Parts: sequence; structure tokens; C-alpha cells
Amino acid sequence: MAGPLGQLGRRPGGTSVASSGARDAAGPGQQPGVPLLEVSDLRVRFRSRGETVHAVQGISYTVEPGRTLAIIGESGSGKTVSAYAVLGLLPRTAQVSGSIRFKGVEIVGLGERELREHRGRNVAMVFQNPERSLNPTMKVGNQITEAVRRHLPLGREQARERAIELLQTVRIPAAERRFHEYPHQLSGGMRQRVIIAIALACEPALLIADEATTALDVTTQAQIMDLLLDLQAQLGTALVMISHDLALAASYAEDIMVMYAGRVVEQACAEDLFASVRMPYTRALLDAVPRVDLEPHVLLPVVGGLPPDLSKVAPGCSFAPRCPEAQPDCQAAMPPLEEHETGHWWACWHPCTKEAPGELGE
Amino acid sequence: MSSASEAGTAPAGGDVLLEVRHLVQEFVLRDYGRARGGVLQAVSDVSFELRAGETLGIVGETGSGKSTLARSVIQAPPPTRGEVVFEGKNLVGLSHRAMKPVRRHLQMVFQDPFTSLDPRWPVARIVAEPLAAYAVGSRAERQERVSSLLKLVGLDPVRYGRRHPRELSGGQAQRVAIARALVLEPKLILCDEPASSLDVLVQAQVLNLLERLRSELSLSYLFIAHDLALVKQVSDRVAVMYLGKLCEIGPVRDIYRQPLHPYTLALLASIPDPAPGARKHGTRSVISGELPSPLNPPSGCRFRTRCPRAQERCALQAPELRAVGAEGHLVACHFPLSDGAPAPGREPAAVRG
Repeated sequence: MAGPLGQLGRRPGGTSVASSGARDAAGPGQQPGVPLLEVSDLRVRFRSRGETVHAVQGISYTVEPGRTLAIIGESGSGKTVSAYAVLGLLPRTAQVSGSIRFKGVEIVGLGERELREHRGRNVAMVFQNPERSLNPTMKVGNQITEAVRRHLPLGREQARERAIELLQTVRIPAAERRFHEYPHQLSGGMRQRVIIAIALACEPALLIADEATTALDVTTQAQIMDLLLDLQAQLGTALVMISHDLALAASYAEDIMVMYAGRVVEQACAEDLFASVRMPYTRALLDAVPRVDLEPHVLLPVVGGLPPDLSKVAPGCSFAPRCPEAQPDCQAAMPPLEEHETGHWWACWHPCTKEAPGELGE
Repeated sequence: MSSASEAGTAPAGGDVLLEVRHLVQEFVLRDYGRARGGVLQAVSDVSFELRAGETLGIVGETGSGKSTLARSVIQAPPPTRGEVVFEGKNLVGLSHRAMKPVRRHLQMVFQDPFTSLDPRWPVARIVAEPLAAYAVGSRAERQERVSSLLKLVGLDPVRYGRRHPRELSGGQAQRVAIARALVLEPKLILCDEPASSLDVLVQAQVLNLLERLRSELSLSYLFIAHDLALVKQVSDRVAVMYLGKLCEIGPVRDIYRQPLHPYTLALLASIPDPAPGARKHGTRSVISGELPSPLNPPSGCRFRTRCPRAQERCALQAPELRAVGAEGHLVACHFPLSDGAPAPGREPAAVRG
């Protein structure tokens, strides 16, 4: 199959998730062509102070060229760790198993040199905090030029031209002047644009945006998200956006994957997911967000408790202790992630019904 | 047009608890290296009222001056000009000693509980500190009070009293910060983004806690946040700030149903719509450009450089807050959106499924 780089337009099929466990780790790979990214049964463990933390516990998904997948979850759900695994950015202390194939090439087990080639060329990442991702002592232009020259065989002058071109691509006004400015001279939104420019320097086939707009104001967030999607349409880049914000995911992503305690608990295309949320955790996430169409002073439906300790493995569903729908059998066995409706996967023994979303009490 | 004392009058409710009149907060910056100094106009001529039992939400982006406004209210630091009248007493110019009995009724809850709690102190001591500072009760009485406060915010005093902040989750730490703010039985709590650093489910817990405490203890809140939906959840009235100025203030339902200022409309339109594919239908009207420097704000209306409705008059004359539309709804705009421009439509059904 031809490489998907530069391929415009969207394919049917999209991302899909296979259930955890080796049983059917191959997943529902019915899509035509080779997926851009194919993660199967990915597990990440960390050893610390004699304990093993199971940060990611067997997740599988694929991303097709040009598609947008949103990975949703709270802090500690494993969404960032799984993205780091795709980039090969995990520390040596992490034990990674399973398979991550990028255009058919296995990433797990590559050496640092090959990983460096993989990053930038294939995948690039935009991080949450634009202050910490830029070098405060270097002019932004030089930081982009550095990224360009690391991966492309360009001379100094050509790289400079490419950098200015990139600044224009991310719609920074007066790009030639901004080239000579330092990060502190730019606003948060502008800095995030510079980081996107660096990420795009080598035309990666996949861009991972980890809470890329969380630190920004709403108006800036809308500008940056629109920019990302426009660039995606222009360049054919696939986008994986990692976020805690389901509303943001709903309005920008095509496919949505909800993670809880290191596992995928629900996955579907955005339309199907919002038409009928099945996993009570997804329901809780949606209900807990204040919305402008609600009346003031209405208490939000909340679930109590905290996410489980990932160093202890309990047999049942990890959301059961907090779940308003939980039954005795939820504690007994882990519900598998299965495709209950076409394209709609969930891992729950007692899913919310289509008509009446679960009433969540305090 | 309305005078300052009428500006932002609460439509109903109890007595006026806090009145801010023509508040100005400026900071003089010296030249530093190549960076030019000047006068940074953080808050420029802001006036509003807050009644007992009411929550006034203040929304604005980073750099709008909303946090500086809250700090000026508690005189940390005192404002450059203007008056802050709390229970009939002007706080501006009071000595530290004269301020102390007032300050116990004005408490703050900050965004990041981990930087606002002393990391070396156990929870019980953190909550007891204000009591000690004001020499309230005996040691045993204080312990009793701390236990009841921790229970009130949903923390078991036996289990959490001896823990240090690092042993708490973000939500638990914010509950401790709220308990500390409540321990002196204040009348007004200034909440500066109290739920913004928390995860969605924990954020909802903390918002619900603040709502419950308000009705149980008849508190008033000045609630600062950048998230319009979140502010709507807790507020009776909302004030919108842009670059140190109030753009619009009014009852919460009017502001969200019929925003009058183009900036308010832009903020509302920027909220991600939970309807799938909302963006693809081209419903967004995002304002372009960047926030101008508060060292050199635009002449006339400060929003004019980014406003789609700006005319010549906007550059020449700064608009005053004036009553337009529903009672108590004020806007500072020469060309308000009163002519029937609706708020961006949002169907609850789209989310509910």
C-alpha cells in the first residue's frame, strides 16, 4: 500500500478500538488500506518504590490518514502515557508491551536513534503548556529553524525561509518580525501557534495535541482549534487530540475514545456517541460540565469518589465503586470492550439505555 | 446616563454588601532593558454593587483585570483611585489595624489549592490558622470548629486532619482551602477560578459544594472565572470585563439570552458546542486578533480594535455603562446588539441525546 502522507480527503471506516486482552487483539480491522497508526493491546507499566503502576492496561485503536480522534479522560486515565508511547517518549523505567505500528512499521522496541527519526518525520506533538515547550532564551525563528534542519536536508537560508513560511501557515501576523522575537514577547495563543509551526516543520502524517488548548482562553482556544482543523484539511495530517473536555471533542473530532483507569471504556464516532451515551462514566463526564443552556443554581449531577489506585488491580469494572448504575456483578468481573452496535464500542455490564440517561445522584 | 452608584445595581435581594465605585488600579512599570515602561492600566473606572446573599460572576479573558479587581477589593494592594465600600465603610485608605476586623469578613479562595496552602502544615492547622490569628475561642473550641468545618466541606476530620496538602487530591485540597476561607464566618467570599484547575467530575463536586454552602450559610460570592458556562452555573448576575473595563453587567438570564456587547457575544460563540460536528456547520464567529497591551490601550472603546461593529465614533469616545433592554442590564457600547441579534443557539436536546 502507498504511504498515506499527503493523501487528502477522508476515508470511511475511521478509527476503531479492539477490546483489551489478547483474545481479539487484532481488532475489527475491516477498513480498507493500511491504517496510519495501529495500536494493539498496548500496556504500559511503571515500577516505583516496589509497586507496579499499570498506567495503560491493554488499549487498541487505529487512526486512518486525515482523521481526527479525540482521547478523553481525567488526569491519570492513561491518555497522555499512551500518546507518549506512540512517540517513543516514555522514560526507560516504563515497561511497554503490545504493538504500535506506524504505516506498518513497529515502534515498540526501536532504539533512540530510530525513534528520533520517527518523531518529527512521522509524528509530532503539541503540548499543553506553551511556556514550557519553548526555549525562553532562543528567538522563536531559530527554534523553528532548528526543528526544520534536524529533519530536512536544507541549508541555513532555505531553512529560514521555510520557518517564515511555517509562521505564515499558522497565521502569525508579521511573520518576518516575529521570527526575531523571544517567547516572552508573544501571547499564550501566539506561543501555541509557534509550537504548532515547529510540530508541522517536517510535515508529520500524525499530529498529537495533548490538551493543546486547555491553558488558553476560550476565544484563543477556538482560534487554535480552527487553525488545527484547517491545517489538517490542507495538509492531510491525522490528528489525535487528548482532552478532558467532551464538549470540545464533540465539536471538533470525528471519533471519540473515552478512557478510564488505563482502559478504553467507550468508543464511537462523535455522532453515535452523543446520540446515545452508553457507558455511565461517559454520561457522568458529560453531565458534570456546566453548560450555558442550564438554568443558574441548578446542582450538577456528580459522582463521588476518586479514580482507582493503578498499582492495585481489582477484578471488576474499575468504575464500579463510583458508578451510579453499579450492580453486584460489576465488582466480580471486568466487562470486555465490545462492539454492541455497529461502530459503537463500550465496556459495561449495565449500560445506560438510549432513552433515559442514568440519573446520577451525589 | 446612569451614574456610577446606579451602575450594576442588583435588581432584588438583601442590603448592599459591597459597593465598588470608580475603581482604578494602575501599576507603574519602569523601563527594563529594551522593554519600555509606562503605566499599566489593569482596572479602569469599574463600578458595581453586590447585595447580601448574591453571587456576582466576573468573566473575562487572561489580562482582563478580573483578578486584580478582586485583589483591589480586599486591599491587596489598595487601588490607585476609587472607593470600595463594604457594609457602608470605605476600605480604601484604612490602616492595616483598621482593616483587620473588616478582612475577616472578606475571604478568598484561589485557583491552585497547592500553592495557596502551606505545604508543611497539616490540614487541621491550616484551617485553624485564621482562628488563631483573630484569637477566636480556646484551643479546644478551635479544634471543635475545625472539625465541624471539615465535615461541612465533606472531609472526615479524623482521616484528613493530620494529612499534609501533598497527601491530598486537587479536589480535597480545594475543600481545605474553602474550609479555611469559611472558618471565620465571613460575609463575602472572593473566588478566583476556584474550580478551574480541577478535573471535570471534581470540578462539579466543588461547584456544588460552593452552591450548598451559599444557601446554608447565606454567603455572598464574587466569583471570578474565564468560563462563561461555569459562571452561569453559580451566579445571579454577571459582569463581563475586557482590558480593565466593564463591558456589560446584568442579571444572568438576560446576559446569556440577550447579550448586548459584541464581546460578550464573541465569548459565548467561542464556547465549544457539544453538538457533534458543530464546527463544521460554520456556526462560529470567533473574534480575531490579540488582546492589546494594557500599557497602551486603544482610545475610545477598548474593544474596538477587534470589534466587528466598530465605527469611527468608537475610537473617539469611550462608551459609558448605560441601561439597555431589561431592568438592571447595563452595557458600555455605542452600538449594542439590542436590535434582536440572538445569542448563538444551543439546543440542549443535542447533548441529551
